[in-house]
Amino acid sequence: MKMDAIQKRLIAEVAGLHEVPAGAYNFRANSQLAGRQTTANIDIQSKEDGSGIDITIKPGTKNESVHIPVVLSASGIKETVYNDFYVGAGADVVIVAGCGIDNCGTQDSEHDGVHRFFLEKGAKVKYVEKHYGSGDGDGKRILNPVTEVTMAEDSSMEMEMVQIKGVDSTERMTKASLKAGARLVIRERLMTHGQQKAFSGYRVTLDGEGASADVVSRSVARDTSFQKFDARIAGNAPCHGHTECDSIIMDQGKILAVPSLEANHVDAELVHEAAIGKIAGDQLIKLMTLGLTEKEAEEQIINGFLK
Amino acid sequence: MLKLEHISFSVTEDDRTVEILRDINLTVDDRKFVVITGPNGSGKSTLARIIAGIETPTSGRILLDGQDITEKSITERAKLGIAFAFQQPVRFKGLGVLDLLRLATGRNLSANEACEYLFEVGLCAKDYIDREVNASLSGGELKRIEIATVMARQAKLTLFDEPEAGIDLWSFQNLSRIFAKMREDIKDSSILIISHQERILSIADEIIVLTDGRIEKKGPAEEILAGIIGTEAAAPACRRLHEEGTP
Repeated sequence: MKMDAIQKRLIAEVAGLHEVPAGAYNFRANSQLAGRQTTANIDIQSKEDGSGIDITIKPGTKNESVHIPVVLSASGIKETVYNDFYVGAGADVVIVAGCGIDNCGTQDSEHDGVHRFFLEKGAKVKYVEKHYGSGDGDGKRILNPVTEVTMAEDSSMEMEMVQIKGVDSTERMTKASLKAGARLVIRERLMTHGQQKAFSGYRVTLDGEGASADVVSRSVARDTSFQKFDARIAGNAPCHGHTECDSIIMDQGKILAVPSLEANHVDAELVHEAAIGKIAGDQLIKLMTLGLTEKEAEEQIINGFLK
Repeated sequence: MLKLEHISFSVTEDDRTVEILRDINLTVDDRKFVVITGPNGSGKSTLARIIAGIETPTSGRILLDGQDITEKSITERAKLGIAFAFQQPVRFKGLGVLDLLRLATGRNLSANEACEYLFEVGLCAKDYIDREVNASLSGGELKRIEIATVMARQAKLTLFDEPEAGIDLWSFQNLSRIFAKMREDIKDSSILIISHQERILSIADEIIVLTDGRIEKKGPAEEILAGIIGTEAAAPACRRLHEEGTP
């Protein structure tokens, strides 16, 4: 694997990897391919125009994983990458994506990943995506991911999206359309600090009977950072949709939550919840009576909230 | 040993000063199980919060083992050996029962050790160890977890603010056994409980009756208990429920 120490550290942050993983993978470092492995069931091909990769998972593939981390350690890179995942009927796989940017330079570094998922009938995917930024240069670390999920009958997808540290600006859009019996669960955790700005939008349409979506975001806005959460679920059939945005606001942070629901069928059951507030005083006091300082108590509460 | 000297506490509401506690003097000796009782609004919870450092007295001094802790913060008092069980246990999104027990003991408690604390308060540990301390727990469950975390601290002085509040009578019968056991295992520590429950009052070494912010009487349990049984301060819970009417 052709990676330096900074790139290896970024990989560990975003993919939890300290060595080459088992199964299929595609590592991208500073816009270059740094390593690729395919398996009998999972194929990875570069797109002909060089704009990204196609990952094809054979029907019935079980207990396999795909890692596709991206790292940027040079200042001034701006790239847009298109990755398409074709998940065959009845497959059950884990996909780990993530992007780490280390920018010590003065120019902005930006990675815009467009991920499209096509789940065939009964396919099951657990998708984990982590974003991380580091480096103390003036150049901004920018990530604008777009995720599109097309789900056939009875397929299911669980998405875990985490961005805890160091990304200056992010504009995330996740779109999903679900056929009958398909199930989508999204858990987003976001923390912004300094002057960071984060926008997270969801557009989910439930098109078939028994389709369900559960979109839950937990976030913390510190310092003078700003977050906007904008989730819309549309129900076009007898279905269940739930969105929840739960945020802790600190310092001079600002949060705008815009959950919205659209029911186009009399049996569409849609619920949204949104709550924004500072850390409750009695939570701090409780932990202080256990011997923690106020600052330690605050850290414990935030760590737990974003766990 | 805890000593309160001339503790007073007042608040200002609409330019009017309301006295909550007036010139409280009391001592809780080591190896003693002391209960503070009295009608609602008599200042009992405020007194407990003043001892834990959550409220600051308007005047007076608090001494723990001879050391003046009046100016000490909540954290400092906790480190000096004061534990406090809340009347309304706090809920946390994301913090688990094991996390809280670890914070309470200040070490990386194993799941097995944590289970022992839960077992003490009558919770089947395997059902709870991974649970979040959030709104999914019932009032009775939360109360038991609160008591377990406070017991896990093995503090010099443990304060309980109305452990019976918010739980049903059946659960409380079981809880009262936990307090009887604490009384047996007190060693060199001391326990101060705010309670209206006869079951708690009857196992006390000393009882303090607080009325309208003053100590009305204090003394050995048997002496005080004889005078207050059947009064508002120690009405059996079922009679009070009957009189207040269930909602």
